[in-house]
Amino acid sequence: MRSSLAAAILLVAWSGAVAAQDTQNFDRIEQGRYLAVLSDCAACHTKPGGPPFAGGLALQTPFGMLVAPNITPDRETGIGNLTNAEFLAALHDGRGHHGRRLYPAMPYPAYTKMSDDDVLAIRAYLATVAPVSNSVISNQLPFPFNIRLSMAFWNALNFTAGRYQPNPQKSAEWNRGAYIVEGAAHCGTCHTPKTFLGGDKNDAALAGATLQGWYAPDITNDPRKGIGRWSRDDLVQYLKTGANSWTLASGPMADAVTHSTSAMTDEDIFAIATYLMDSGALASPSRAVPVAANDDAMRAGAAIYKDSCAACHRDTGKGEAHLFPRLADSALVQSDDPTTLVRVVLQGTRAVSTASMPTAPAMPAFDWRLGDAQAAAVLTYIRNSWGNAAAPVSPGNVASQRTSLAKAP
Amino acid sequence: MTRLTRRSLLVSTAALLVAGTTAGRARTLSGGMPWEPGTATPPALVRPGPWMFFTSDEASLIEAAVDRLIPPDDRGPGGKDAGCAVFMDRQLAGPYGRAAGLYMKPPFMPGAATQGYQMPDAPAARYRTGLKATADYVKATFSGKSFAALAPADQDKVLGGLETGSIALKDVNAEEFFELLLANTQEGFFADPIYGGNRDMAGWKLVGFPGARYDYRDWVERHNEVYPLPPVSIMGRSDWTLRE
Amino acid sequence: MARKLPAKDVVIIGLGWTGSILGYELAKAGLDVVAIERGPWRDTATDFPPAYAQDELRYAVRLDLFLRPDQETLTFRNNAGQTALPIRSFASFLPGNGVGGAGVHWNGQTWRFLPTDFRVRSHLEERYGKDALPADMTIQDWPVSYDEIEPYYDRFEKLCGTSGKAGNLRGAKQDGGNPFEGWRSSEYPTPPLKQGLGATLFAEAARNTGHNPFPQPASNLSEAYVNPLGMKLGQCTYCGFCERFGCGNYSKASPQTCVLPALLRFPNFTAQTESEVTRINLDSTGKRATGITYVDTSGEEWEQPADIVLVCAFALFNVRLMLLSGIGKPYDAQTGQGVVGRNYAYQTTSSVNLILKDKNLNPFIATGAHGMIIDDYNGDNFDHTGLGFFGGGYMGFGQTNARPIQTRPVPAGTPKWGAQWKKATAETYQRACSLATHGSSYSYKDCCLDLDPTYKDRLGRPLMRMTFDFHDNELKMSAFLTERLADIAKAMDPAELTPAPRKGPYNMSIYQTTHNTGGTVMGADPATSVLNRYCQSWDVHNVFVPGGASVFPQNHGYNPTDTVGALAYWTADAIRDRYLRNPGPLV
Repeated sequence: MRSSLAAAILLVAWSGAVAAQDTQNFDRIEQGRYLAVLSDCAACHTKPGGPPFAGGLALQTPFGMLVAPNITPDRETGIGNLTNAEFLAALHDGRGHHGRRLYPAMPYPAYTKMSDDDVLAIRAYLATVAPVSNSVISNQLPFPFNIRLSMAFWNALNFTAGRYQPNPQKSAEWNRGAYIVEGAAHCGTCHTPKTFLGGDKNDAALAGATLQGWYAPDITNDPRKGIGRWSRDDLVQYLKTGANSWTLASGPMADAVTHSTSAMTDEDIFAIATYLMDSGALASPSRAVPVAANDDAMRAGAAIYKDSCAACHRDTGKGEAHLFPRLADSALVQSDDPTTLVRVVLQGTRAVSTASMPTAPAMPAFDWRLGDAQAAAVLTYIRNSWGNAAAPVSPGNVASQRTSLAKAP
Repeated sequence: MTRLTRRSLLVSTAALLVAGTTAGRARTLSGGMPWEPGTATPPALVRPGPWMFFTSDEASLIEAAVDRLIPPDDRGPGGKDAGCAVFMDRQLAGPYGRAAGLYMKPPFMPGAATQGYQMPDAPAARYRTGLKATADYVKATFSGKSFAALAPADQDKVLGGLETGSIALKDVNAEEFFELLLANTQEGFFADPIYGGNRDMAGWKLVGFPGARYDYRDWVERHNEVYPLPPVSIMGRSDWTLRE
Repeated sequence: MARKLPAKDVVIIGLGWTGSILGYELAKAGLDVVAIERGPWRDTATDFPPAYAQDELRYAVRLDLFLRPDQETLTFRNNAGQTALPIRSFASFLPGNGVGGAGVHWNGQTWRFLPTDFRVRSHLEERYGKDALPADMTIQDWPVSYDEIEPYYDRFEKLCGTSGKAGNLRGAKQDGGNPFEGWRSSEYPTPPLKQGLGATLFAEAARNTGHNPFPQPASNLSEAYVNPLGMKLGQCTYCGFCERFGCGNYSKASPQTCVLPALLRFPNFTAQTESEVTRINLDSTGKRATGITYVDTSGEEWEQPADIVLVCAFALFNVRLMLLSGIGKPYDAQTGQGVVGRNYAYQTTSSVNLILKDKNLNPFIATGAHGMIIDDYNGDNFDHTGLGFFGGGYMGFGQTNARPIQTRPVPAGTPKWGAQWKKATAETYQRACSLATHGSSYSYKDCCLDLDPTYKDRLGRPLMRMTFDFHDNELKMSAFLTERLADIAKAMDPAELTPAPRKGPYNMSIYQTTHNTGGTVMGADPATSVLNRYCQSWDVHNVFVPGGASVFPQNHGYNPTDTVGALAYWTADAIRDRYLRNPGPLV
């Protein structure tokens, strides 16, 4: 126990390298660049086609619009004037310029776990990117949400500042994985279910959550609903290349793969895998009962599947590795929340392209071909065939998602 | 109450640069494969309704003609009930009727048979003139009757005469017109029902063509066996519909 | 006045097979590359998903994916005694359009030429005598040999994942493959497709009559495959919607499935669609290209300067661009002088139509390139002494579909409509099949391409004029091949057999193939070729026509795409390894 504690301390110490204060050190800047990749800062702070980290990307939230600020070193419109303490306060405490409270669209509840040294390394790196004059008014929320002081209340309920504490009973690799997943890579920001105020349900960490029409799946090691059936190699491949024998990343995860996970070191990916494969499923619920095959929706769904889906996903539901996701035995297909399934059937989606897996195959849209009842039937069919078992999808569910997709694709 | 979200989903990868409108005109593509969700380009579904091209006289001639070109029998419906006239009406009202995309610059001059059709009249115009000339011929030859009012045997005589050219139509090449009429009728009988013909997949059922299917892997080597599944259209088949 | 764009290292005209291959190879080498395509962007899930790709009316009859004649067409005449008239609607051949070009909707038939094909004139004269060939037959040896091109065939086939069975592995004959083929350095990337009843019956009959049937080489893949670029392709599902259609499930080799996603990852590559190149610009000496001019959909002209210009459009349009740009001396059929437009050739196809007894063929279960074929009568694989013709072709069962608008056979003499027609159609559909011959088309003095004196395109530029007819050599060859095929077909015990040999005159309004070749021929002698052995213009050293079928000196008894792809790689290597080091004439 003592030796693994020592190992854990060493690990954290290592990740906070000795040359902490010299911002011109090449290794330090590279450390910061890599941490910015782990933290995927560019996902929000770089507008597509725009200069790196100059902000301006609009984030649509259910409460209104926020615009990601400029974090280049520009003194007037960027963060060039922030002190190191202020930069630390941003990521650790959710405090921006002049101590203003940030909205948790900036995932400070996760970044708070990062060590001071890592955060300052990111600062050192950001100080080297081209300063861009781009004045961004971040807070475009309507009243009353635009009152930042209200975040004090939210933080009191939902936020505990504090650095990551290694678990002495786990290996150094596990702790590194935890540090990344819970901290920099902030996986829980999408994958952890939220309370009604939008805070994390900490007792259901990584058990899946829906955001704006996509279901970020359960990535605990639950064998039925999560990634418990995935091998370690499956998980590593997925993060590195965006595809494995089960599925291909698309939607928001495609971006995370492109900008973040595919650029991680092998060691860090192995660490993430070690942590996630050990990550506490909820107490295993009773196995779902599959919908009977002679149910009318199943009958219609079977016909639709044969005519519309089987040419790619196959009669057996096994798909084709790295091309057509596997439906049989798939936890994604059996998710409690079918939001992603409905969306993908209606609008299609394109898989991520990475250097080692450039194909980026795409699922076509079926919204023109299948009515609400038909889409619901074929989804019910795939969720309950080949050994799968999950709640049927209702036509109303499809209809409401069709409407919301039309408003904000 | 819904949850606070973190990012916009209006755009895909940050590295991607796609200039230009989503309608896909003159695009500059660099950095990755473009993707716009929900952009399918299926054919427009033909719905029953009033004639869009044919006048009512033309329509009754066409409906009678297609029912002789493909007569109803115990194998199944004829051209009329299969919707061939509806198919042709919608086709002639659209780009096909206008000869959209064809090279229609002058000078027009007749050429050798090997040089293809050289006249400036698009299919829509050819039907106007051809149907009128045919109606005039029938009226003059059959004591003022319309084609639809003739007995089937006489209708066949007229069609056969057009086919061989033994009937001379005024200012219209009868053989060429008949060829066009027959081709469009058969298109209507065998095209996907989404276009208004081949109703209930009657044409496909006649020959045993399974329609818009896409996977026969399990059947390639099952030599001499009848393929068991019913035909399916781009718009599905009756088994797709829920019963309750 | 054209607006000038920032210069690039390479400008590629057309983003089909050759444009994609050259784009990839040169972007990978670090050059700044832009490809200008006059048609639209095309992608599987949005343009031909397996939800509406299977639409015979739209794609096979109304030709939705193909070039519209009002964007570009040609004028046509059989001989100089006729006035050429516009091809107002494509029929005999169907040029592609858009990103991927005809690579999107080809059949996937992937054939190498024979070693003797590459030196056809020398070979025939050696075997049959110096005076054996007709005086007006202008076939010539290729400036490259089969042995030189073999590694490039291999490379293109590996790019595609072609399914087949080798017949000759480094000289060792292999059972089950084509015993006549040139040697291969490796087996096909994927095994042969499965065969239906019709092909199986043909193969049996062919064997029983002393021939050597083998599975047709197919770029419709028999199993999932990852190509050297990392692109993943799926397994063909025998849907029967292949030629004229895009593939909905990533199982037909095309620029989309084999190259483009990997190509677009290069930050130094850009594709510009719906932009039509109107000419290649030359400097004041006329010996160096400065780039190209293109026009966008608003009619605005843009100039794209570049150090290298690659002419990667469809064969016919490569020739037209060279003529319109004044690169190379235009060919004059009267005098026989000049080179651009010379040696236009085509393909000589025929069929034998069968109705079998009591069979359920399920003819709609098909791929673009499955089937069982014999090569016994191709090239000079058989003794031509006393036959009165040269050349040959492959033949066999390769029926690609039974889509009912265009394919519903009836017994000979059946009326074309009415009750009898309906009955015969219903009773014949499952029992009928079509065998085919696919023969060579040699070049002749009078078969050529030049600019039309009368007809113009929408931009006011003269259309290209095609002067072509079948010569006696090809018609005799077709008659011979068709008879041989009919003899084999008799051994299939048909109820009805109808040979349909190719007859003259060449009819532009009946579909045959889109294998138009020649016009910018590659050769050893600038007096009889437009390009040297590296597909480089003799006249303008920074202009290449990398392997499109316009470089063929004549057409042999095989589909052109494998050779086109191989020559594209061949040219890419020459540009990267020779030209870039020392820009100038490579020969």
